[in-house]
Amino acid sequence: MSNPNQGKSDVSPWGDRAFKGLTLMMALSVFVLIVLIGYELAHGSAKAMRLFGWHFLTSSDWDPVNEKFGAVPFIFGTLASSLIGLMIAVPLSIATAVYLTELAPLWIRQPLTIFIELLAAVPSVILGLWGIYVMVPWLRVHLFPFLQHTLGFLPFFQGPIYGPSVLAGGIIVAIMILPIITSVSREILRSVPGLQREAAYALGATRWEVTRIAVLSYAKKGLFGAVILGLGRALGETMAVTMVIGNSPQIAKSLFAPGYTLASVVANEFSEATTDTYLSALFEVGLVLLGVTVLVNALAQLLLKTFAGPGVKPQS
Amino acid sequence: MDALLPSTMPNATAESKPAPPAVPAVSARGLSIFFGNKAVLKNVTIDIAARAVTAIIGPSGCGKSTFLRSINRMHELNPDARMEGEIRLFGDNIYSRDVEPVVVRRRVGMVFQKSNPFPTMSIAENVTVGLRLNGLRDKKLLTERTEQSLRMAALWDEVKDRLHAPAISLSGGQQQRLCIARALAVQPEVLLMDEPASALDPLATQKIEDLIIELKKDYTIVIVTHNMQQAARSSDFTAFFYLGDLVEFGATTRIFTNPTQKRTEDYVTGRFG
Amino acid sequence: MTAHNHHWRKAKNGLMQSLTCVCAVLVILPLLLVFFQLVARGASSLNWAFFTQLPKPAGEAGGGMANAIAGTFVLMLLASTLGVPVGVLGGVFLSEYSHRHLNWWIRFGADVINGVPSITWGMVVYALMVLPMKGFSLLAGAVVLGLMMIPLIMRTTEEVLQLVPTGYREAALALGIAQWRVISQIVLRTALKGIITGVMLALARVGGETAPLLFTAFGNAYWTHRLTEPVAALPLQIFNYAISPYDDWHRQAWAGALVLILLVSSINVCVRVLTRDRFAKRGS
Repeated sequence: MSNPNQGKSDVSPWGDRAFKGLTLMMALSVFVLIVLIGYELAHGSAKAMRLFGWHFLTSSDWDPVNEKFGAVPFIFGTLASSLIGLMIAVPLSIATAVYLTELAPLWIRQPLTIFIELLAAVPSVILGLWGIYVMVPWLRVHLFPFLQHTLGFLPFFQGPIYGPSVLAGGIIVAIMILPIITSVSREILRSVPGLQREAAYALGATRWEVTRIAVLSYAKKGLFGAVILGLGRALGETMAVTMVIGNSPQIAKSLFAPGYTLASVVANEFSEATTDTYLSALFEVGLVLLGVTVLVNALAQLLLKTFAGPGVKPQS
Repeated sequence: MDALLPSTMPNATAESKPAPPAVPAVSARGLSIFFGNKAVLKNVTIDIAARAVTAIIGPSGCGKSTFLRSINRMHELNPDARMEGEIRLFGDNIYSRDVEPVVVRRRVGMVFQKSNPFPTMSIAENVTVGLRLNGLRDKKLLTERTEQSLRMAALWDEVKDRLHAPAISLSGGQQQRLCIARALAVQPEVLLMDEPASALDPLATQKIEDLIIELKKDYTIVIVTHNMQQAARSSDFTAFFYLGDLVEFGATTRIFTNPTQKRTEDYVTGRFG
Repeated sequence: MTAHNHHWRKAKNGLMQSLTCVCAVLVILPLLLVFFQLVARGASSLNWAFFTQLPKPAGEAGGGMANAIAGTFVLMLLASTLGVPVGVLGGVFLSEYSHRHLNWWIRFGADVINGVPSITWGMVVYALMVLPMKGFSLLAGAVVLGLMMIPLIMRTTEEVLQLVPTGYREAALALGIAQWRVISQIVLRTALKGIITGVMLALARVGGETAPLLFTAFGNAYWTHRLTEPVAALPLQIFNYAISPYDDWHRQAWAGALVLILLVSSINVCVRVLTRDRFAKRGS
């Protein structure tokens, strides 16, 4: 079976096998990375886990001087800022996604989308900078007193107003997660088949009714996935939150009081941890953060993958 | 029946052609192909003559494309594909264990329904890509082969001044002839064509058909077509497939004027299809 | 009754359109506010000194962020040498070789890793490199950013390769070209622009990261001469200046932030321009 055109090229399958093997190894690096992250964090937390056990997750005493470490204030801070962020961002994002895909005039859609993608690209530290010197002073002088004045009967709107606070952290988290919830929701809404919409239009429905009946209810599961994805992003948000939340390791009694998140305490104190126990406690904080975000992200990915087909882009 | 055949018939003197070479170009014995559990080809036995044009006709889903692709082992790209039986290329078993599909594909060229010149390459680069990526570096030989292949594909005069223009700047018909040139450049022994003119306008189609008649002097051509007039015009032999079975095979004149099987007659007269 | 009902439905339709429009405006409002402040507070400090001088000691006015700007570029460059080969080749595997279950798990893993907080990456590389090397380093910073790039680039590469029509692969295989050559010299070449834009997006993403650099690259008041020395980076510098008590450093933080946002935005705009045709085909 000779052919004068053979040249010097290989006929054996070794080239194919080597190439496939190489690319396979590179793809498997994903699993290597997962194992690596889990292992290093677990290894680093070993000492703290041994010393404090479950107490770590139930004690609110963060005392580096006396080497007593409890993570409850940070868990509280992370949950509070994330929840506030979600409560603000989710309605705005989904409404915006609906506007972009269903209700907006065609000429607005592309420029608006570009703006939102630009917001997504703003690094966290820049938003934090703006947060410290523009947003927080404004909150302290305008919004917070207003809220206290109108909603002060509620316990968490009472107390002294400093500026840096759990609420400020929540607002900044909201700003950071707006773009991702909006763009994923937009992809979900776009992937709703046109047939659904057409059927509703044929019944004489207005544009909003078409959206409500044919689109939103169909997309419920995917939109929920988008929200969970936003939650995952909110939980891990570090720099911007650190710069406006006040960094005080106490469970805040009021929204205006300063707080502290899992990510912030690591960011602030990691390079200054003086003892092995201190460092190990911070590793354990990181481990808790990792565990929570991985679970939330896995849930979000499952929801998104089982709702939408190949039409939905993977979100970074 | 006669209305199907054009007045000028290149095959009218089939009986007076010189006897074909002894070894058939492609011979299949008991060929069956399964995709998963579905049998797409059932027990096909056929001898395809060398230096002739053989047309494969039949309604959609009859397995004609699968049969074509089994000749250069392209059906194996489907992970669920399974094959039984044998195919020999000029006497060589192309499915034997020690034969790599890559080697088979260098002996058998293929032109697809939708022309697909590589978009990042120029016209000349497209023609020689098969040679270059298989290790041929001799510039002189490459240039010679480029002109030779483009002449054989009846494209040389139209592109000789812009060999380095991007391939996608050509028209649809020109792109398809470029793909033919690309396939011919590696000097295959058999050329497979899967509905090569179905996406082209009548003028471009005519050029392709003229080309086929020219090429058969040197190449064995197997062409799948759903256009029966095209089969009648350009081929020497015709095979009619139906639902995975080879129903009838023979000289084109006979198939179209005097088929032995009723199903064949129904198909070529347009009773179904 | 029907007319009344019709008016009510029309009114509700109009109301919802206005409401969602307001929400959309609220969503882009922070972007506009931030950009405005960056220019207002930072533009005036962008002088020659800012781009060419090292930081002055704490408390002294003047100086610049030359080392931080250079540091960010060097970090991005080095990170690419890790992130690009691994990411692109991994994406090739996901796209060109199909194993339904394995590929699903790899994709799932990559998407989950993309959501891991960047600060945890910093902790991991701290344990892996900073502790054994007994010090912060440019190398550690590059590694952490590179590792973060891997799953990002893997997914964008896969997506882009999937867009290459199968006809090209078939035509190349039918010519008897070995599969690995078909992939590397035909498919990858066709998708090259998309792969490059994917890499650029990943660079824009990691170039703005601060948290993972906090305890790997760590920052440096001077020029870095060796891979094993700590290095200054723009986001780090902005952070340290912003939380410091010195007004002059605050001013420079705004300037640095303006430079950073211009860098990140210009990469994003570049990508948009390069992928213009793809977006035009997809429609609004």
